[in-house]
Amino acid sequence: MLVILKRIGIALFTIFVIVSLTFFLVRKTPGDVMQAWAMDLVQTYSMTYEDALSMVQSWYSYDPHQPLLQQYITYISGLLRGDLGKSFIYKVSVNEVLVRALPWTAFVVSISLFLSFGIGILLGMAMAWKRKSFLDPLVTAYASFTGATPDYITALILLIIFAVNLHIFPLKGAYDATITPGLTWPFIKSVLMHAALPIAAYTFEHAASWALAMKGSAVGVLGEDYIMAARARGLKEGRIMIHYMGRNAILPLVTGLAISLGGMVGGSALIETIFSYPGIGWFFAEALTKRDFGLMQGLFLFLAASIIFANLLADILYSVLDPRIKLEG
Amino acid sequence: MTATTFSAEIRHFLYRSIYEPFRIVTRDKKAFAGLIILLIFLLMATIGPEIVPLDMRSNFAERFKPPSREHPLGTDYGGRDVLAMIVHGSRDVLSVAFLAALFTSLIAVTIGMIAGLEGGIVDVALSLAINAVLSIPSFPVMLILGSVFKVTNALTFGIVLSIWSWGSLARAVRSQVLSLKEREFIEAARTLGLGTFHVVFRELLPNVMPYVAINFVDTMRGAIGSSVGLMFLGLVPFSATNWGMMLNFAVRQAGAIYLPYAMSYVLSPMIAIMLLELGGVFFAHGLDELLNPRLRT
Repeated sequence: MLVILKRIGIALFTIFVIVSLTFFLVRKTPGDVMQAWAMDLVQTYSMTYEDALSMVQSWYSYDPHQPLLQQYITYISGLLRGDLGKSFIYKVSVNEVLVRALPWTAFVVSISLFLSFGIGILLGMAMAWKRKSFLDPLVTAYASFTGATPDYITALILLIIFAVNLHIFPLKGAYDATITPGLTWPFIKSVLMHAALPIAAYTFEHAASWALAMKGSAVGVLGEDYIMAARARGLKEGRIMIHYMGRNAILPLVTGLAISLGGMVGGSALIETIFSYPGIGWFFAEALTKRDFGLMQGLFLFLAASIIFANLLADILYSVLDPRIKLEG
Repeated sequence: MTATTFSAEIRHFLYRSIYEPFRIVTRDKKAFAGLIILLIFLLMATIGPEIVPLDMRSNFAERFKPPSREHPLGTDYGGRDVLAMIVHGSRDVLSVAFLAALFTSLIAVTIGMIAGLEGGIVDVALSLAINAVLSIPSFPVMLILGSVFKVTNALTFGIVLSIWSWGSLARAVRSQVLSLKEREFIEAARTLGLGTFHVVFRELLPNVMPYVAINFVDTMRGAIGSSVGLMFLGLVPFSATNWGMMLNFAVRQAGAIYLPYAMSYVLSPMIAIMLLELGGVFFAHGLDELLNPRLRT
């Protein structure tokens, strides 16, 4: 229990450090960004520069005359009330952007995580069970390929083949704009068709490493005495493979789920941009290219915090699932 | 020392440091293929730009041409030769990746070494830092750093790429130092009154280096992937021939993925990245066997 509390403490401390670092990093720059925005306003709406600048600063709730520490405290107390800040380009709060974007990212990433884990586990189990089958060289080659291909290259290849040339899947968006959202079959079908390529890109990239990890773990388990005991008892092969080898070999992989989630979410800025998929990654990339520091900071904090908690959860889950493992402080 | 033993020693040295590593790397087919691929890219980056001239002037009459004798990989949206851009881009990509891996290794070895040697409160603080770096995926952090700092050359780009990438190497170096520090030869050096400087540079570093060297290739691969990704998003537009910049122009600005006859323009940078990374994967595998004698069978 104490160890878990300590873990939670470390997680909270890490988030605090990230919050502070991004705050001071971003505060270093918005001055000239706001001047650029003000100049933009001056040109489009022919207002005076001073008016434009103060308008921009009020959007951003940024007061240059306030001492930095005061700004920091305002920011932190806003965060504690669940206010992630304001977006510059969309003129709404980051929370509103999150409400729009999070469902899409959560949908695609959770399905991809589940699919890649499942496919990888099955492949790994089959490889460990039959050591000299055709699968081994095949999966090793597949793993080398995905290891050598950044996820955005895989995504581009899928986009070029299946959307641009074969026209099987749509090019962009999360659903067909002509269909009104609702629990109707055309809408659900449209959502699935639009999500198919991003899901395929993530799954293809991540399944191979799961397969190799599962194979390694399962080969280790096969040397255990209880496997030999199960064989001696004359249990069916399939039962030994799934219940004795598989279930024990999966346990150490659980902590990897959080890392894989981090990898997917981290790469989402590129993947979602390639498929113009309006999730968190797409908004994050938009914020970066348009220098919307408010949105960038808010989305990044959200991503970082969720990944830190996913890691924490995976560690705790692992120690619950496998009582032999003790959490280390 | 007589002449014969001297030449024998030279021969032994050549054998140990050139012939044997070469033999081990070439014995493994994959590692050999990786070595060849990497050498080709290295040649491309060093002498390639001297052989293939780059002309960045636009010539819109020649735009989006399919491969031909004149332009082996076709032309881009401005009628420029894609092959020349790939060749000149390889220099950018490799130098950025090399600098990024260099800085990453320097930071990681320094932090891991201090944490492992000092112990106590220093170790606790540095381990917390390592944990923080490891628990946040590095790519979003690089994106933020790339947009906050003005990246104008390979050096600043390398720094941006390395600031959040040293976590796993630092952790590995720390644990190696922790175990090495208890071994007899370190005890012996300490008993002989040799200072920390000697222990760090003559005893610990040589033992940690093989691991760092293998990691170097992997870190370079990671840096290639991330640097091209950052460029693809258009965040650090400092070199028009960088493969990521080429992809950015081809896919996001010129819409070349919709033009069947411009396919070679889109595919060239993608295939270049994949080949270079594949060479790295294969070579790192061979290096692993070379520097970890226990893996050899």
